[in-house]
Amino acid sequence: MMGLFLEEIDEGLTVDLGSYHFTRDSIIKFARKYDPQPFHLSDEGGSRGPFGGLSASGWHTGAGWMKCFVDVNDAARAKLQAAGNTLPEVGPGPGFTNLKWLKPVYPGDTVRYSSRVTGKRELASKPKWGIVFSMNEGVNQKGELVFSFEGKVLTARLPSA
Amino acid sequence: MGEFLHFEDFAVGQVIDLGTHAVTAEEIREFANEFDPQPFHLDEAAGRASLLGGLAASGWHVCSMFMRLLADGWLNKSASMGSNGVPEVKWLKPVLAGEVLSGSVTIVSKRVSSKRPEMGIFQCLFELFNQAGEKKTEMTAVVFMRVKAA
Repeated sequence: MMGLFLEEIDEGLTVDLGSYHFTRDSIIKFARKYDPQPFHLSDEGGSRGPFGGLSASGWHTGAGWMKCFVDVNDAARAKLQAAGNTLPEVGPGPGFTNLKWLKPVYPGDTVRYSSRVTGKRELASKPKWGIVFSMNEGVNQKGELVFSFEGKVLTARLPSA
Repeated sequence: MGEFLHFEDFAVGQVIDLGTHAVTAEEIREFANEFDPQPFHLDEAAGRASLLGGLAASGWHVCSMFMRLLADGWLNKSASMGSNGVPEVKWLKPVLAGEVLSGSVTIVSKRVSSKRPEMGIFQCLFELFNQAGEKKTEMTAVVFMRVKAA
């Protein structure tokens, strides 16, 4: 992550991932395609639903995290590359745990995401790779924690000399 | 809301078939362009060269496709009250362009909320397979559903 090899990533490394703005149109567009439950599709459905108004699909909130992560990750890689560093291959994620939708995300909300490294280990099955664990959060413009999950991502190890 | 299914209509151990979804390269690229623009989600050759082995859907896209199956196959026929979280998602194998996914839900446990007696809480196991029966993604998640009016 962030253009770093496994050995270069320390527990506690915290990255501000920037923010994602949820408009009424983007909430409805996402919901029509992926989560067409009434409370994600219209104000009327929202007011009759469990969240007190039109709210974003929880997967939209998750996709917003991914968007912010990739933007910041790409920028970090570009900077290191411009400085002449060798970059690790980007690895996929095997999944995540403890995803929580703590509060609804409403039209007009801006969610600021962050990622903090909580641990890492080498992978016995893939000697060129390790795995980095992270705690990820999303906070809205009122400072309320609305979203969190514990992430995992495969991360390349420094090539052995 | 009379025609909807409620909390009482589902039993522990029950398996609900969520139907199928054919994954296209176009939708993989469309989601990736908007939310996860990494080379292995955008380009066939980059996907083949990566650990994923082909043009592969973003994991968040897989969860979103799953959600669509879930909404169409279960929640929109029921008095769903949403969810507060997903204890675990395992992206076991990449979802590649051209695959046909099928989903199912198994009700693992159920109870009525102690704070909100009008709301039931299901712990569910969601499984997503391809046309060859290979399991692609497994998810445990909470679903809230309205209890039938007393």
